[in-house]
Amino acid sequence: MADNTHSQESSKGVQTTGHVWDGDLQELNNPLPVWWTYTFYATMVFALVYWLVYPSWPIGKGFLPGMNSISYVNAAGEEESWHWNTRAKLLKETQDAVIAQKTYYDKIASLSYEQIANDPELSSFILSAGKAVFSDNCAACHQSGGQGKVGFFPNLTDDDWLYGGSYEEINASLTKGRHGYMPAYGEALDGAQIDQLAHYVFSLSGGNADAEKAAKGKQLFHAHAGACYYCHGDDAKGRKILGSANLTDQVWLWADVPGASDDVMKIDAIKKIIAGGLDRGVMPAWEGRLSADQIKLLTVYVHELGGGK
Amino acid sequence: MFKNFKHEKIETNAGLLLVLTMLAVSIGGLVEIAPLFFLKDTVESVDGVRPYTPLESRGRDIFIREGCYTCHSQMIRPFRDEQLRYGHYSLAAESKYDHPFQWGSKRTGPDLARVGGKYSNEWHVQHLIKPKSVVPESVMPNYPWLQETKLDVSDIGDRLRALRMTGVPYSANDEEYQRNVKTFGEDVAKTLHIPDALKNLVGQAQQGNFDGDRSSVSEMDAMVAYLQVLGTMVDFSKIKPEDLVKFR
Repeated sequence: MADNTHSQESSKGVQTTGHVWDGDLQELNNPLPVWWTYTFYATMVFALVYWLVYPSWPIGKGFLPGMNSISYVNAAGEEESWHWNTRAKLLKETQDAVIAQKTYYDKIASLSYEQIANDPELSSFILSAGKAVFSDNCAACHQSGGQGKVGFFPNLTDDDWLYGGSYEEINASLTKGRHGYMPAYGEALDGAQIDQLAHYVFSLSGGNADAEKAAKGKQLFHAHAGACYYCHGDDAKGRKILGSANLTDQVWLWADVPGASDDVMKIDAIKKIIAGGLDRGVMPAWEGRLSADQIKLLTVYVHELGGGK
Repeated sequence: MFKNFKHEKIETNAGLLLVLTMLAVSIGGLVEIAPLFFLKDTVESVDGVRPYTPLESRGRDIFIREGCYTCHSQMIRPFRDEQLRYGHYSLAAESKYDHPFQWGSKRTGPDLARVGGKYSNEWHVQHLIKPKSVVPESVMPNYPWLQETKLDVSDIGDRLRALRMTGVPYSANDEEYQRNVKTFGEDVAKTLHIPDALKNLVGQAQQGNFDGDRSSVSEMDAMVAYLQVLGTMVDFSKIKPEDLVKFR
């Protein structure tokens, strides 16, 4: 509790600033407490020691390098050391972490995908490490569970794969990236033809399409005018080598058919893609940003999300 | 030794107080900032860093206009957690043509120093229009007008000339162009030539088609072009990690 009965009498003998208010209100000028003063001096001594231990004061074109050094392995594989700095510390820490995870990464590098997926210890490593890498790099597009987004990014948890769902194919997609493309038919075909094609495509997925229009659409699909079969295949099941979609499996990536409220809207969504084409579906190449081991780890993680083949 | 010293002397003399305060405060700046201009290792010598193309530069202007730096830093610090999430730590050399630099000081959103190439153009467009549509947990505001607004390109030459005055090597004449050819190679030097700035800007926007609409150059084109180049200029696979250690 503050002593507010402090009177003018009791502060006699203490130096004042000479300021007086209201007749008897004075400003005292007490010296700093001794503990405070010495703590202040101690911080100065601490700073001097700190300057000597860590890189600090600039001198000419250089600076005091400090007393510590850090050893790390250089690119030639030799042990090397440099005065303490955050970059050297990071390099050392990274190399230590690599050693700590070495048993896992060595196995990942040497084993086949199937062996990795079937090894219970490695699977749990992949589940945790893969999830971290996936969240940082993949989830922004494919969403945190890999469910993708209709109209933008493919679902990784179903068994429909544009570029193939085997380990090798997933690895290739991750490493080199992908770029989706479909030419626009808005000018090559007239409105009625696009309508017929859309009905046919809708019927392929079991949609409630106009049978007559769908039949005409089927002709167009296989004829020179539409030539849809050229990329989507005679069976309309798509071709992995081109990344063309399987049109028969009720899985929609670009045309938001599941989100459309009625059949007319669903067909409209398909028409929009046929007329406008696609020049998107870009998957960035991850080599360079991620290591080959990380990509292999992600390959197994994505494969195990549920849709791997 | 302070026996005859009374701080009253300073406190009651405004002029002396001002001079001594300035002296005390300037020590921090003198020790921490001034030497950086003289130390030989402040800016690392690495290949690949070049000034922004006219389109990227306009994207950067919009980045600043929209205040992106208040929530996004462009500075990956040399810590393991940051390196794992964002990539290689930032080098001083990578922002040597930034005036002002965009290091930022607050991360409400993630660091953007190496966002270039990480996501597709489409993702950036969708994300800038409505971030929550691709990142449900995001608190970033929507920037739909970027896609709708045509990029103001009328003053692109003046903007590059202003940057040139701060020391960014955009070329205003043939002599400077030849110097850039030597430093950056012909392909890059062409993009830095101020008399061709408008042509280069439109050309890059058309070719890159960053916003998915070739009919006009929108602010989105510039913004995405800028984001896609961030942190991509230096090829770290060609640099030994220990060489960067020795710059500090």
